[in-house]
Amino acid sequence: MDFFISHYNYWIVIFLMMVGLYTVINRGNLIKKIIGLNIFQVSVFFLYISMGAVKDGAAPIITEGVKLYSNPLPHVLILTAIVVGVATTALGLALVVRIKESYGTIEEDEIHEMDHSL
Amino acid sequence: MIDLIINIILLAFLAITAVAIIRSTNLFASIMLFGIFSLLSATLFVVMDALDVAFTEAAVGAGISTILMLTTLVLTKNHNEKRSHAHRPWLSLAVVIITGMVLVYGTLDIPGFGDPAAPANMHVAQYYINNALPETGVPNIVTAVLASYRGFDTLGEVAVIFTAGVAVLLLLGGKPSIPNSNSNPGINKKREEDET
Repeated sequence: MDFFISHYNYWIVIFLMMVGLYTVINRGNLIKKIIGLNIFQVSVFFLYISMGAVKDGAAPIITEGVKLYSNPLPHVLILTAIVVGVATTALGLALVVRIKESYGTIEEDEIHEMDHSL
Repeated sequence: MIDLIINIILLAFLAITAVAIIRSTNLFASIMLFGIFSLLSATLFVVMDALDVAFTEAAVGAGISTILMLTTLVLTKNHNEKRSHAHRPWLSLAVVIITGMVLVYGTLDIPGFGDPAAPANMHVAQYYINNALPETGVPNIVTAVLASYRGFDTLGEVAVIFTAGVAVLLLLGGKPSIPNSNSNPGINKKREEDET
């Protein structure tokens, strides 16, 4: 039971990661694919933050009388990752808008059909 | 103890929301659920003591990402996803399940959640915790590392965001010069009228 509780975070992370991967592989709609990528990304954030968490540790802000802090390094890495992530999402969505303009659809199958019929 | 219970319940909510996102065929509903997903993750970051990450996730993940996706939805006028039967769910499901099982096998060696003696918490993190305040004068260790120790990395991050911004402007900024025969003829007609 202890083993289950101490690894529960990682298993949920893997579940979320696989949900995101499944969306990217299986769903044909481009907006849905980008949502899937974002779910995948959030799962990676959780992997890092879970590794940095310390039981009974305080948030990493120096306060008098506090001895045990959480690991600040994963927080720094993920802070950067979130901001870069939103930049890539914006770029992906801009590409989706552009694809809609030239193909008239954002469904992957229809785009493939048009490419083959050219 | 109460932290752990909140943690477990919120993670379960997160998993349920993720499944709801991929099951819904209405894209607007998916995007709104994704906003809820981001908000839940921000709450979880607070539970795991990552306050700065929680702020950023709430502002950027739940705020800006959702707005960007809604804008795309408006621009593409595509509110329902078409589920084609050409995609075989079983094949991708099999790939995903096998990958997931390999990853679960990989977690068996990871030190448990919240273990203060985990290797990740032993080495350079201790240096920052002990020396960040005397060396930089910033009580928030995350800010100290981000802006002082790793200031050039943050500068690089700004360059990445700038590049993404320029790319988005280049993709969407100009008028489309070649009217495409595939798109709606009504739109092309209107575009020609605008140009003349």
